[in-house]
Amino acid sequence: MTSDKRTALDDMVAELRPGMTVGFGGWGSRRKPMAAVRAIVRAGIGDLTVVSYGGPDVGILCAAGLVRKVVYGFVTLDSIALDPHFRAARQSGSIGAMEVDEGMFYLGLLAASQRVPFLPTRAGLGSDVLRVNPELRTVTSPYADGEELVAMPALDLDAAFVHLNRADTHGNGQVLGPDPFFDELFLGAATRRFVTAEKVVAPGALLEEGPIQTVTVSRLFTDAVAEAPRGAHFTSCPPDYDRDEGFQKRYAGSGADPAAWTAFSERFLAVDEAGYQDAVRELAAEVAS
Amino acid sequence: MTDPEVTRSEVVAVACAEAWRGDGEIVASPFGTIPAIGARLARLTFAPDLVLTDGEAALMANTPSVSADRSDIVLEAWLPYRRVFDVVWSGRRHVMMMATQVDRYGNQNISCIGDWARPKTQLIGVRGAPGNTINHTTSYWVPAHSPRSFVERVDMVGGVGYDRAEEAGPAAVRFHEIRVVISNLGVFDFATPDHAMRVRSVHPGVGVDEVTAATGFALVVPDDVPTTRLPEADELELIREVLDPMRLRDKELPG
Repeated sequence: MTSDKRTALDDMVAELRPGMTVGFGGWGSRRKPMAAVRAIVRAGIGDLTVVSYGGPDVGILCAAGLVRKVVYGFVTLDSIALDPHFRAARQSGSIGAMEVDEGMFYLGLLAASQRVPFLPTRAGLGSDVLRVNPELRTVTSPYADGEELVAMPALDLDAAFVHLNRADTHGNGQVLGPDPFFDELFLGAATRRFVTAEKVVAPGALLEEGPIQTVTVSRLFTDAVAEAPRGAHFTSCPPDYDRDEGFQKRYAGSGADPAAWTAFSERFLAVDEAGYQDAVRELAAEVAS
Repeated sequence: MTDPEVTRSEVVAVACAEAWRGDGEIVASPFGTIPAIGARLARLTFAPDLVLTDGEAALMANTPSVSADRSDIVLEAWLPYRRVFDVVWSGRRHVMMMATQVDRYGNQNISCIGDWARPKTQLIGVRGAPGNTINHTTSYWVPAHSPRSFVERVDMVGGVGYDRAEEAGPAAVRFHEIRVVISNLGVFDFATPDHAMRVRSVHPGVGVDEVTAATGFALVVPDDVPTTRLPEADELELIREVLDPMRLRDKELPG
């Protein structure tokens, strides 16, 4: 008897503890688990090490003062090059950082997924990634080539959140857009594995929307699943919706000064997820009129 | 300029295209508008085997304009981000990244300005620059050549230059090549005994003195510095009519 893994979003987040290392799927400002990020802000769970192909997930958690350290290769909003809150946090020295090459980051997740301590790579050799992360080590090939390579350590996660287009009640997940990103590896690297989806359907029903190879997440790697319509907003979640560029501009503008952030967070983050989605609709109506 | 109608941005687009000459069947990954025009121009002219991405998760069979709607793009293969690394680590790629700072030996920085531990200005992060430079050919596009962008030492080495690759040993040198740095003023390479940056050509209308004055370190300047070539008539037509009818190139490089 397979269990029904449906869980309320706030109950997922209630499993987090201050000081945990938490991974977030997606890439830049694309298919980010934003409903989960908002729930973490509401719950006020802090001192987090955030592991992300960074977008506004990183920025919002930094602005909310919940971040101890960010592990990243970049932080960007795509159509807006830089996230103002991440920048402010780095420039004020309020957060720690582990900055690595994007491919090293991938191998760190893969190593954690495979339960090995590191994976070797050429990426990072000669760069200041090794200087600013003095804990990184190299490893010498035990074979005849004798090459010295970077030993990218496993990025073990206490918890991971990903947002998918569809999931079933057993925790299988489906990506209907063009890129699954690294979501499977975030889940593979984590102790507690949380999936949110635009829609949660009955087991077997995923194939009504796409071929089997779109079901990239197996329930083997999922502990809990929650339906979160528009749960990636304001990042893109094709084919369900594009990035909300107008809202993203407003978000970026919230980095202008503390008052701007207070106004943004009071309107959009001090409310529950339904309240957030209402506030977004009200804003769109204001802008349209 | 001999042809008063040819803009600097068009000269640079052709210089970017030239970066991929002879590369064969590899992925050309341009960052920035003018490099994107250049990569497409190369494929439509002298480098027909180049493979181009759609900027999302696929490779493009056709060569549409840089302002084309997604509906105008014909896809030929799937290349999600995770599989991009299969390409990068196989070496079948030549990327043209941007550089906020680049130095004498081709080290590149897009990470931060100032001390990394607490930067004066946080930028995007190293992205894939360390892995790109150590695994396949890399070039750079710097739209605003100045002593602030062409610096003695970059503040954070993301893209690895010749001196740093050498120091890191044979595994780092094995697939390393910084081919060219292209700026609004000229084209630069590392064809010197110690791989120090050399002026390969200056763009039409630019003096060598102007370039050296705008550079924060001593460039290697040959006795005779050629002028970057002008676009051929067919190249100009492709740039203007096919690849960039909206003149996005002039937004990236005005004047």
